[in-house]
Amino acid sequence: MFGLEKKDATLLLIVAVLTMCAPFILNPFPSDSGLAQFNAGYPDLMQRFVIFGIFAIGFNILFGLTGYLSFGHAAFLGVGSYSAVWMFKLLSMNVIPAILLSVIVAGAFALIIGFVSLRRSGIYFSILTLAFAQMSFALAYSVLTPITNGETGLQLSLNDPRILGTSISADGGIPVTQLFGIEMRSTYAMDVGPWLFQFNAGYYLCAILLLLAFYLSIRIFRSPFGLMLRAVKSNQQRMNYTGLNARPYTLAAFVISGMYAGLAGGLLASMDPLAGAERMQWTASGEVVLMTILGGAGTLIGPVLGAGFIKYFENIFSKINDNVLHQWFAFMPDGLEDFMVTIVHPFVGKGWSLTLGLMFMAVVIFLPGGLVEGGQKIGKLFRRKKAAEDTSPAAKTPAE
Amino acid sequence: MGILEVKDVNKRFGGLQALGNVNLSVADNTVHAIIGPNGAGKSTLLNCLVGKLIPDTGSVMFAGQSVLGRKPFEINQMGISRVFQTPEIFGDLTVMENMMIPCLAKRDGSFRMHAIESVLDEKALREKAESMLEEVKMLDKRNMHAASMSRGDKRRLEMAMCLVQEPRLLLLDEPTAGMARADTNNTIDLLKEIKARGNITMCIIEHDMHVVFSLADRITVLAQGTPLVEDTPENIKGHPKVREAYLGESA
Repeated sequence: MFGLEKKDATLLLIVAVLTMCAPFILNPFPSDSGLAQFNAGYPDLMQRFVIFGIFAIGFNILFGLTGYLSFGHAAFLGVGSYSAVWMFKLLSMNVIPAILLSVIVAGAFALIIGFVSLRRSGIYFSILTLAFAQMSFALAYSVLTPITNGETGLQLSLNDPRILGTSISADGGIPVTQLFGIEMRSTYAMDVGPWLFQFNAGYYLCAILLLLAFYLSIRIFRSPFGLMLRAVKSNQQRMNYTGLNARPYTLAAFVISGMYAGLAGGLLASMDPLAGAERMQWTASGEVVLMTILGGAGTLIGPVLGAGFIKYFENIFSKINDNVLHQWFAFMPDGLEDFMVTIVHPFVGKGWSLTLGLMFMAVVIFLPGGLVEGGQKIGKLFRRKKAAEDTSPAAKTPAE
Repeated sequence: MGILEVKDVNKRFGGLQALGNVNLSVADNTVHAIIGPNGAGKSTLLNCLVGKLIPDTGSVMFAGQSVLGRKPFEINQMGISRVFQTPEIFGDLTVMENMMIPCLAKRDGSFRMHAIESVLDEKALREKAESMLEEVKMLDKRNMHAASMSRGDKRRLEMAMCLVQEPRLLLLDEPTAGMARADTNNTIDLLKEIKARGNITMCIIEHDMHVVFSLADRITVLAQGTPLVEDTPENIKGHPKVREAYLGESA
């Protein structure tokens, strides 16, 4: 199917079903129940899941295949966001030209940074990319204020020309981002008993692009080009003496992953048309590294899982405050309740990153292949159990 | 004029003269062995041929073109393949993937953006790779992880990767070092077969005289960076200078 092996086509199909049904899957708890705060099926968060999924898929094409660890990928995300917002300011509120420009600009930016950084490998490459990203961040924050609007961040205003659209919408406000008339923020809410499911136009645009991005990444993984990228990771010496020039291969991978990051940045701006310099900061670059490693670097589905995992933690775990904790432990005697709340307190709410850090350490130590390896281990366990059940009667027969 | 012409090559590492005025002419479609005691400069000479090192002076011509100043991948694309002393293969990949890479490099050149097609659709190249694996008796291992194989298998795989490119000149740096006797004999048979098929020149560095004398058409003896003698195997065997270089006995 679609020129894919059966296994890959199944994987693509699973991802397609999951993303299309995400508003149901992520909202398992009725809205009035105590567990409703663990629901993640609201448009804002779902958009972030898939956008950072795209970002991580692109990062994985570079890091997972060639082993070159870029520590400055957020720069491309930021560049993509700025380009998209400028498109909304100058051209129109349609997201298509904005997304196209953000991909192209991020790709060009990646070509320049990659050309310089790829002269070195290993830790030096990581440091070079980190330096470039921090430079971009500092420039966006200060010198480039006319383009980036500095600390405030780039925003839309009523004075923007928008030559193909309108500067001011019918009701006198700033027009909203749309795709041929479909507003990105428009949401259809479905009430099913106590559940509330929300279907957001912007989310579905992001989800479709995620599927395209995922499909393209499968094709790259299985292509001769992908094989060469893995050869770069495995043995550059042999590659050189086999008549292959590693440099253009790594540069192409770098530019492709930069374009993925630009797409993610453009989508972020399309969902919420503002761009700030903090999107380029090194913590943002580090986050995508965490996502990819947590999910499983070099695997197809890993980065998407990692992105979802981290974004879920960032948004859901961080909302658990002391009041919620008191509710949870209300069944305990007073003294014990306070004690439990004190113990759990540092790990939730603002301390969510502590929990995430501990989980990241656990994954890296016990599952070096990330969550995907964890899934495979569980799968193997089940299969072995099943196989043991199948063979055990036969094995017993001769003994009897 | 041979296919490979090395003229007055000098290479110095600090105070050490690794190669001193080396002249070597390898005739087309022959097997030329380079022997000599440890530290004689054999590997340095090989590194000068494939672009890993650049000689201080002198010239290296392959098929009428200079290889000096070219990068290793360009020299390989000219038709020179090299088997390393310690096997250099793609350890993270399967045997079949290892074989596909030189096939693709041979067909597509040093870089080609084949990002959408599937490797599995390259039927002609896969057949070529499989028949080469068959020849080195590794077809049953095609789905194995290259890194998990024995040292002998890694060597055979590396040789197969070089041979599948159909190079004009094959450089072998101690191709049987660390191999069991049976494997060594298999390797000799394989190289004899390749040689019989013609249109290939081989340059072998080897310590195992059994291998050298069963394969070589001509032998160059290198000692302390300078060629001592160059002759046929028969004449080399009893040559007093060779005995002196190897055993240190005065003739």
